[in-house]
Amino acid sequence: MTAETAERRPQAKRPLFRRRSAIPGFGLTMGVTLTVLSLIVLIPLSAVVLKAAQQSPAEFWSVATSERALAAYRLTFGAAFIAALVNGVFGVLTAWALVRYDFPGKTVVNALVDLPFALPTAVAGIALATLYAPTGWIGQFLAPLGIQAAYNPVGVTIALIFIGLPFVVRTIEPVLRDAAEDVEEAAASLGASRFDTIVRVVLPALAPAWLTGFALAFARGVGEYGSVIFIAGNMPYKSEIAPLLIIIQLEQFEYARAATIAVVMLAVSFTMLLIINAIQAWSRRFA
Amino acid sequence: MTISIRSVEKKFGRYPALNKVDLEIADGELLALLGPSGSGKTTLLRTIAGLEFPDEGQVLFHGEDVTYASAADRRVGFVFQQYALFKHMTVAKNIAFGLDVRKGKDKPPKAEIAKRVEDLLKLVELEGLGQRYPSQLSGGQRQRVALSRALAVQPSVLLLDEPFGALDATVRKSLRRELRRVHDATGVTTIFVTHDQEEALELADRVAVLNQGRIEQIGTPDQVHDQPASAFVCGFVGEANSFQGEVKGGRFSAGVLTLPASGVPDGAATAYVRPHDFGLDDAGFEVRVERVHVQGALTSVNATTVDGRRIEISASRAEAPRFEGAVRVAARKAHVYAA
Repeated sequence: MTAETAERRPQAKRPLFRRRSAIPGFGLTMGVTLTVLSLIVLIPLSAVVLKAAQQSPAEFWSVATSERALAAYRLTFGAAFIAALVNGVFGVLTAWALVRYDFPGKTVVNALVDLPFALPTAVAGIALATLYAPTGWIGQFLAPLGIQAAYNPVGVTIALIFIGLPFVVRTIEPVLRDAAEDVEEAAASLGASRFDTIVRVVLPALAPAWLTGFALAFARGVGEYGSVIFIAGNMPYKSEIAPLLIIIQLEQFEYARAATIAVVMLAVSFTMLLIINAIQAWSRRFA
Repeated sequence: MTISIRSVEKKFGRYPALNKVDLEIADGELLALLGPSGSGKTTLLRTIAGLEFPDEGQVLFHGEDVTYASAADRRVGFVFQQYALFKHMTVAKNIAFGLDVRKGKDKPPKAEIAKRVEDLLKLVELEGLGQRYPSQLSGGQRQRVALSRALAVQPSVLLLDEPFGALDATVRKSLRRELRRVHDATGVTTIFVTHDQEEALELADRVAVLNQGRIEQIGTPDQVHDQPASAFVCGFVGEANSFQGEVKGGRFSAGVLTLPASGVPDGAATAYVRPHDFGLDDAGFEVRVERVHVQGALTSVNATTVDGRRIEISASRAEAPRFEGAVRVAARKAHVYAA
């Protein structure tokens, strides 16, 4: 080929967003993704924001920061955070047992872990409330110790632990399964005790997956309604969660007020998930 | 440190991985465990490291029984084929790990650890890369990090499991020299596993050839190559033409080929002739030359005997023009083993 013919050929247009890829289908998959996300997530959420915007800023602010609403946010986010932390610890242990050991009934345990996904949350809420009430099977032993585990924030946390359980287990499990054994052997041959090996080598490698599981459990906890209302007691300022407050406003036809609280939750949740994702990206810097 | 392996046996299920293995390793020696896959060489290495425990027999370090001591207690440096670096730690942290996990007064002060890391990075020629993560290094660099991490704890013995197996040919060659240099500089007793005979012959002071869980021969590279103790060693170490034939009255014959085979009992036998042990000889047998190609300082000749056996001959470049059409060749040396 001479220089002349090369020059005369029209310049290929460079696409704006993507480079030429050997794998076709970018346009199709991106299009479908955006359409579905818009229909299912973006448009409904915008509607919420629009509804809240029907009020004046002063009204919005007074509803968003009313004493009752603040108490509800505190409970919702606090209980979800604590529950996600508890699941974070328990989930790692469960995943470890499921991956590393063979024991009778392993398949049953494996199925039990997923049960909170499948069970109608109201059923779980009623069952938990019955068990942890001061007269219930478990509650009767806690009551003499001065621990009330139902109809208060402790009850809310218990319900959120239940529904968030599978997330950490299921995100840690595949990573733990793929973790190379030779890394642990290397640590042992360098003189590390079993404890040091787990704390310094195994667990740090799980950090990104753990954060994902934690974020999922936390997000699920923030949005949970069905199981919580049965065990929470639902006392304003004390054990009333934000989703319930929204329902109460809706039942009183205060749509704008309901949307206001929803917008606050939306903003806080979105910010927290963004932060967790950023931490996750940072913790993957070595991968 | 001297290491003694005394009739060690190890089974995985019903499959014997090590079958009454005896081995003495001298202080400061560089020993290769050479064998095909499934020969038990890696199992033997892991048994020495304390990552695997024998069913029978003993492992002694300096005369002291460590058969069931844990890897952490043995003070061995182990280098894995896939590097096994800690991905979430920097190179420097990886190297320092073995010193960092020490407790109380065994743990060197921070400055001393940092100094040791610097020295080791210098030793493996990775100065300035201490703050990188393993994912930012090439395969050869990762294996050097793995090597210095193992050396950081001043192990009494350095064990390497196919250390160059995952690397490309050029890197492998340079790392081989590097290992030899590091060994000579530190004087640490070193054992490495390989299935590459060239690697074993080039690098090791002594080579132990394993097959089916047994040591077939142990000796210097020269001994293993020139005086193979068994048919397996002869076929596995170095290039060899093999011939199935018969021994009768101290002579091996396979078609047109006859070879002296004193001391081999009558009956079926296998003869091995190295390519460079064939040479032009008017008293020899006739072959047809099929292909001649350059192989470094030598010429490699592919030829066929009149009864259709293919043979490979190595000759000097000067002799090359004489290999054309039909020529007569003879074996100067052969190894004959009863089948």
